Amino acid sequence: MGQLDLFDLSGKVAIVTGASMGFGVMFAHALADAGADVAVTARSADLLEQTAASVREASGRKVTVHPGDVTSVPDVQRVIAEVLDQHGRIDIVVNNAGISDLRGLPSEHADHETFRRVIDVDLMGVWYFCREAAPHMLERGSGSIINIASILGSGGSEYNNPWYHTAKGAVLNLTRQLAVEWGDRKVRVNAIAPGFFVTEMTRPFLEGVGMAPWIESRTPMRRLGDTTKDLVGPLLLLASDAGAYITGHTLFVDGGHEASRGAWQITPSHYYWAKDAPRVGTTYEGLVPNEFESWKLGIPGLHYPAPEA
Amino acid sequence: MFDLSGKTALVTGGSYGLGVVWATALAEAGADVALTARSKDLLEANAKALADATGRKVTAHVGDVTVDADVERVVAEVVEAHGKLDVLVNNAGVNDATGKPSEQVSVADFRQCLDVDLTGVFSFARAAGRHMLERGSGSIVNISSMLGLNGSEFVNPAYHAAKAGVINLTRLLAVEWADRGVRVNAIAPGYFMSEMVREGLELTGMRMWIDSRTPMRRMGEHDELKGAVVFLASAAASYITGVTLPVDGGYSSVMGMSQFKTPHPHWNRPGPIAGEKMYPGMAPLPDAILKDGIPGFHYPIEEA
Repeated sequence: MGQLDLFDLSGKVAIVTGASMGFGVMFAHALADAGADVAVTARSADLLEQTAASVREASGRKVTVHPGDVTSVPDVQRVIAEVLDQHGRIDIVVNNAGISDLRGLPSEHADHETFRRVIDVDLMGVWYFCREAAPHMLERGSGSIINIASILGSGGSEYNNPWYHTAKGAVLNLTRQLAVEWGDRKVRVNAIAPGFFVTEMTRPFLEGVGMAPWIESRTPMRRLGDTTKDLVGPLLLLASDAGAYITGHTLFVDGGHEASRGAWQITPSHYYWAKDAPRVGTTYEGLVPNEFESWKLGIPGLHYPAPEA
Repeated sequence: MFDLSGKTALVTGGSYGLGVVWATALAEAGADVALTARSKDLLEANAKALADATGRKVTAHVGDVTVDADVERVVAEVVEAHGKLDVLVNNAGVNDATGKPSEQVSVADFRQCLDVDLTGVFSFARAAGRHMLERGSGSIVNISSMLGLNGSEFVNPAYHAAKAGVINLTRLLAVEWADRGVRVNAIAPGYFMSEMVREGLELTGMRMWIDSRTPMRRMGEHDELKGAVVFLASAAASYITGVTLPVDGGYSSVMGMSQFKTPHPHWNRPGPIAGEKMYPGMAPLPDAILKDGIPGFHYPIEEA
């Protein structure tokens, strides 16, 4: 019993940005279910009211609504002031608001306006909320900030999303810097880097164009994240006293994608031949064994002429 | 979500130190626990104390992580005693903390450290992993160290190599077993205060030094490790595999872990540092410092 109390958030006040849809709604529920009162913010007052009503009904916690744009400093300052006024304190900030441009534009065709816009929301928005919430937290000598980054923040990829990679990569290092700087004043700053989850933002890309099976095939767990539950535990670990000595860390919640650094994309060839040492448990049922033409041909430049550039 | 009721967890190195912390955390979260280590007396005493404190079933299984047959037997015993194994905490480890310069470390000592800290981890992961893969479910938590994340001046080549090896072994096992329901993650603790090390750290002044270079300006307390292990062991981490979770007060987030030359070798030097050269541009420590110590370390820094 004592152990589970570690993850309890009773008496805490949490702000969730981007709480009008997607992860934001789920995070608001998760924090309230763990006992926190919640302040939700996003641009759309109507959607926020829906979130708030559903969280109140599910958890019975106090949930307040603060419409505002994370790219507007006056808005951010007003939201923080409102939350302090209505709740008296801020213990947790979940910097979740984010946008992405999923057209898959190659960088040499990407437009500057979109780049600036994504950086503005995904990076500057995080900074504004950290900056404006911190004075209060530092004065009280207590607080936990959780920035929602992405596995795309850990390197380049073929998803042709240069703005998003840039913004999320910067969030990882901003997280480290703030953590190091505020560590001795008891404000912890960590990030969660989700893999691919279906949300309003990613649905067109994952389901609309059939990317989901492809992503599953290159994720070691062979599935997308479950938006309803896979991020709840990580959020509570970092938000609660269970993570009291954890700061500056980016926690990947990605079914092993980051651990493989992209190298676990195809069925390994060797399992197929190693009949005297079979895999314990299930096999790659449904996947086609590696019998690529290239295996038969050998190594380019060694067994046959390398293709001309 | 963080509840471990009905689960069985095996903790290696369960005779003392952090092994006891992990075991306590898991039992408090509802798991039955099996402890293994070489010392029968310590194990049995710990098992009894833990069972009394938590009301969980706690069993003791004597074995050496470097002996293959012991590892196989321990896992078989645990499965026999508990019916299954859901969680493995690969905690057993040794560390030569004398601060010997690498050029003075014997190859035999290096090999022995790797045998326990790295091969021992693989050995238990392999034995427990087979059982977990057959059941299509399990969580393995390997205990690495902050020192496995990069080189540092806490000179200990074998420990650095072994703990870094644990991190990449964790990634490999994680991706290999991910689609068969077995998650593999690691925890990289920073410096943790315990009764075992408190006196030594305080007597040598190491504690202030470590505090001074940790962003949180303090060492960790045992209770601060509990959340991490319960989290990774439980369904709360259902989509997390292959990660190394540092629990280090922000230490590994600093860009330069090596901030200045360690004072350590001056007091505890088993042999000369080869080449006995200071860093370019640095003078040897003046005699006064060797005598009076380092400001902020052996005597208070003047207030600004």
